[in-house]
Amino acid sequence: MNNKENMTKPLMYGAPWCSYCEALKKKLESMDVEYDYKNVDDEGVREEMNAKTNDNQTIPVLFVGDEYKVNPNDEEVRKMLGESTDDIEDKQEDSMHDVIMIGAGPTSLAAAVYTSREDIGTLIFEKGIIGGLAAITDMVDNYPGFEEGVAGMDLADKLQKQAERFGATIELGEVQSVKKQDDGSFVLQTTSGEMKAKSVLIGTGSEWKKIGIPGETEYYGRGVHNCATCDGAFYRDKKLVVVGGGNSSAQEALFLTKFASHIDILIRSDAWKASEVLIKEVENNDKITVHFNTTATAIVGAEVDGMNKVTGVDILKDEKNDTIVTDGVFVFIGLLPVTYFLEGSGVQMDEYGFVKTDPKLMTDVDGIFCAGDVRSGATMQIASAVGEGASAALSIREYLENYDRRRAQATGK
Amino acid sequence: MSKKITVFTTNTCGYCGMVKKWLDSKKIAYNTVNLDDNPEMQKTIYEKSGALTVPVTLVENENGQEDVVIGFNLAKLSTLV
Repeated sequence: MNNKENMTKPLMYGAPWCSYCEALKKKLESMDVEYDYKNVDDEGVREEMNAKTNDNQTIPVLFVGDEYKVNPNDEEVRKMLGESTDDIEDKQEDSMHDVIMIGAGPTSLAAAVYTSREDIGTLIFEKGIIGGLAAITDMVDNYPGFEEGVAGMDLADKLQKQAERFGATIELGEVQSVKKQDDGSFVLQTTSGEMKAKSVLIGTGSEWKKIGIPGETEYYGRGVHNCATCDGAFYRDKKLVVVGGGNSSAQEALFLTKFASHIDILIRSDAWKASEVLIKEVENNDKITVHFNTTATAIVGAEVDGMNKVTGVDILKDEKNDTIVTDGVFVFIGLLPVTYFLEGSGVQMDEYGFVKTDPKLMTDVDGIFCAGDVRSGATMQIASAVGEGASAALSIREYLENYDRRRAQATGK
Repeated sequence: MSKKITVFTTNTCGYCGMVKKWLDSKKIAYNTVNLDDNPEMQKTIYEKSGALTVPVTLVENENGQEDVVIGFNLAKLSTLV
């Protein structure tokens, strides 16, 4: 968009550390708008902005002449730049995606194979890793079709390529909120700007739970970890503690034996909650010692060779306090659903924070679907996530077939 | 003048692949240092980042000033490169 000849050049106040500012910059650049930029970290700029905005303390701020908006959305930017309402509506229609999927794990990638194969315009947002937790799992042994197992990274790569082959687009960025509009469509605020969609699939999966003990946050990333494939290599010939008694704990501990000299696995209860195959592998590995009825109570550290490092884990075992000497701790004690961006969306969760759906995998909000680990009742398996993704895609197709009729009813057009 | 970017990785790190994919998508040139092949670099990385994790991306600007990005942190990376 070219600035109108008589229009004052827009001025933006922002900061390099502000993701909303980066999103607004990208938005202006994508509109081909020439603008001035002032960094509020530069001397006097914050005060200048405060004085012009009635002491507003939030960035970004966009000025066109004397008019300003704090963190404006697409429509507000276009109005400030003088576009007519008709033009804005036309552009909204052009930029409307059939479905936006949130999270590019196995769920959305499988769903995208189905939707994009049927020419349903599909955009997937991912803020972390394409393939989700599956991508950072060393070896996936229970996904059908791979008789020798498959490296998580390879599986993620294949799922991505298959989805992209049929035209799905993956955008690296974060969805911050989802709101339904009066006409039945959705507006998603993202780090790449505002996006519009006729339907939404929540496929954000889950992230690792923290134990919640002293030292865990302090040493996170430098002695306390959740990703064995990322950080295991830092513990060559070192001692490690793995916390957790499920499949992930067993699988990741076995992977870590490639590097570590010895691994202590701490399990709070008196038995594993893992598959028999994995339990046997752990039992047969002489680098691993399993401690049942053992709770980690603190992660402790000290200055070693000029580095502030983890040196041990305080434990409570059979009601006695003790310390296990270690160089690092890997925590795999369970998963939490990723739903923070759904606040205010109307989507309902169960008592554990997982998203509730009906048998067609639709949430309480018509047009928002959910599948995979983040869904209430999920089995936390990659194969299930893929299956649910396919089912959700078929429900989305059915929903979109009736979308225009519903929208006409809603808007009276 | 362009910035000098180095991505520290390991053979099995998925997030390292994401950093490289993102830099590739932006057509930004970078060097890779694989810590599995260069274990002696681990201490250097810890000293620069304070972290025992990968990926770590070093962005050196024209004046020799270094910024460190730990993990796949697009919000920070996109403001530095």
